[in-house]
Amino acid sequence: MASTPRGRRGFLKKGAALAGLALGASTAATAQTAETHSGDADAHSSDPKQLAKELIAYGERSHFVKSVRVPVAERMSPDMFGLTFHVLTPLQDSVGIITPSSLHYVATHRGSFVPDVDPSEHRFMLHGMVDRPLIFTMDELKRLPSVSRIHFIECLGNRAQARHKTVQETHGLTSCAEWTGVALSLLLKEAGVQKGASWIVAEGAEEVKGSSSIPLGKAMDDCFVAYAMNGEAIRPQQGFPLRLIVPGFEGIHQIKYLRRIKVVDRDYMTYDDYGHIQPDARAAALTNQIGPKSVITFPSGGQQLTGPGFYQISGLAWSGAGAVRKVDISIDGGQTWRGAELQSPVYRVAHTRFGLNWKWDGKECVLMSRCTDELGTVQPTRAEAAKYWNRPLDASFRVPGNDNTVQPWRIAADGSVHNGLA
Amino acid sequence: MGSRSLLRFSILCSMIAAAGAVGFAQSPTFGVGRTPTAEEIRAWDISIRPDGQELPAGHGTAKDGAPLYVQKGCAGCHGRSGSGANAPTLIKSDGTTKSTVPCLAPCVNDNNVMALHSPYATVMWDYINRGMPLGKEGSLKPDEVYALTAFLLFKNGVIGEEAVMDAQSLPKVVMPNRQGYALPPQAWKHGMPRLQNYP
Repeated sequence: MASTPRGRRGFLKKGAALAGLALGASTAATAQTAETHSGDADAHSSDPKQLAKELIAYGERSHFVKSVRVPVAERMSPDMFGLTFHVLTPLQDSVGIITPSSLHYVATHRGSFVPDVDPSEHRFMLHGMVDRPLIFTMDELKRLPSVSRIHFIECLGNRAQARHKTVQETHGLTSCAEWTGVALSLLLKEAGVQKGASWIVAEGAEEVKGSSSIPLGKAMDDCFVAYAMNGEAIRPQQGFPLRLIVPGFEGIHQIKYLRRIKVVDRDYMTYDDYGHIQPDARAAALTNQIGPKSVITFPSGGQQLTGPGFYQISGLAWSGAGAVRKVDISIDGGQTWRGAELQSPVYRVAHTRFGLNWKWDGKECVLMSRCTDELGTVQPTRAEAAKYWNRPLDASFRVPGNDNTVQPWRIAADGSVHNGLA
Repeated sequence: MGSRSLLRFSILCSMIAAAGAVGFAQSPTFGVGRTPTAEEIRAWDISIRPDGQELPAGHGTAKDGAPLYVQKGCAGCHGRSGSGANAPTLIKSDGTTKSTVPCLAPCVNDNNVMALHSPYATVMWDYINRGMPLGKEGSLKPDEVYALTAFLLFKNGVIGEEAVMDAQSLPKVVMPNRQGYALPPQAWKHGMPRLQNYP
């Protein structure tokens, strides 16, 4: 309002705005019609069939936009069984915090097929150590009070290839979406959890019936069964028609095609719980929940700065423990750090976009980001992690649990960007 | 009680009756969903506790399992010898083939032996039962799953060729990794750091 002109003209404008409000729907309709007409001028020139598909039924992005997912490099896709394993999201092209559903990373048990589940046939059963076992249809679940939350999902193995070239290859097994469904605590209360119960085992309906053990405390805290993603039904590759969301826990817990939850009194240590079975209890503690983590997405590996001058460093930070409180950026390889701007919205257990205005002087430098979450836990460097585990800091060092260490990007004098660990 | 209050009373009674009937079959607060039958729960519940609590009746030995390993198609993907094929290694090799992925404990001759990872043999039974053979998942009968599990345990030197695997004996098998594992903390709590003093 500070820029609104004062005096008679301003008054007239305000009056016009009020008049518009008073006229309400008819004014809005007129404005919309006008827009539609200007759109029609272009549309008339295209094929009517194309128009129906693109403009009316379900919109596609511009054919000029080429950003795509790629399969992980360490396994051939499709493999000798015709199956695709893990698919990486193009973080280097990301803006804001939401990953489009079509670009959300995909990971499957053993490179499984995507099942074609008929939602009218699908049932979700809750049983085990409960007073009242229950079976729900999808329609029944949708009648219950709903919750919508924005959460990242990350594969525990994200960053298994720390020395790869691009941020898609090093960090592409994390994505963030709005998920809508029913609180698991509500369903568990309806079923009546019995005394002595301490874990749940969740199971999908796909061919391998992937199953994970989750502590009951987590299940009652913030888990939910989701039927929608980014405002529409969950995509088949993401678990249509129902997926368990376990905020901040590694991806394998977020059971797709959810058909069953059994309330039990111990960790069932299923085949898919292998990742949590570690020789060292400290390493096991670093598996379920994702630690504070961040990565600069621009400039990142494989990108090119056109020359010295202004750039906004941009990246994503997240933590399985809750909200991101702070992100620091270093432009000198970790010698000095300065606070980045956290760009709203900042949600708990969600990707958080950060930025820093930066003037590149054209000299070689190394960029890093470091995240601090709401618990005050700070994302470690690789050197700090190696020191904790009393291991030599060389290429063979694999960070136990989820590798949440700091990612360095080296800017060469010609503006090309490289993985600082390569 | 006048006619009007009688009407009210009878409506109230029918409402209570309806709520009672619904409450028994559905969830108490929202009255949504229904109670599964015992048969439905039995058919759906394929979870197996590490101590074998839900294991079904049935039995099998390694001798029974050897022909099944070929007949059911296991050998087609995992190899006749159980290693060096396209699908994950099931039987420890002589060391001539090397793992292309990080070797998990217990690492045998530098090879991931999928069948040996779990500290409990019941997990092998569970995985074969729910996820094998590829494309015909859930088609094996309990006797066949016991026999195939016994075959893999025998081939990996965990049990004898004659040992009968059933709901009682299978959970008692001591896997090579039984003592060498740790699990995440049992009591997860909101706001709890993953690991105290981890940088």
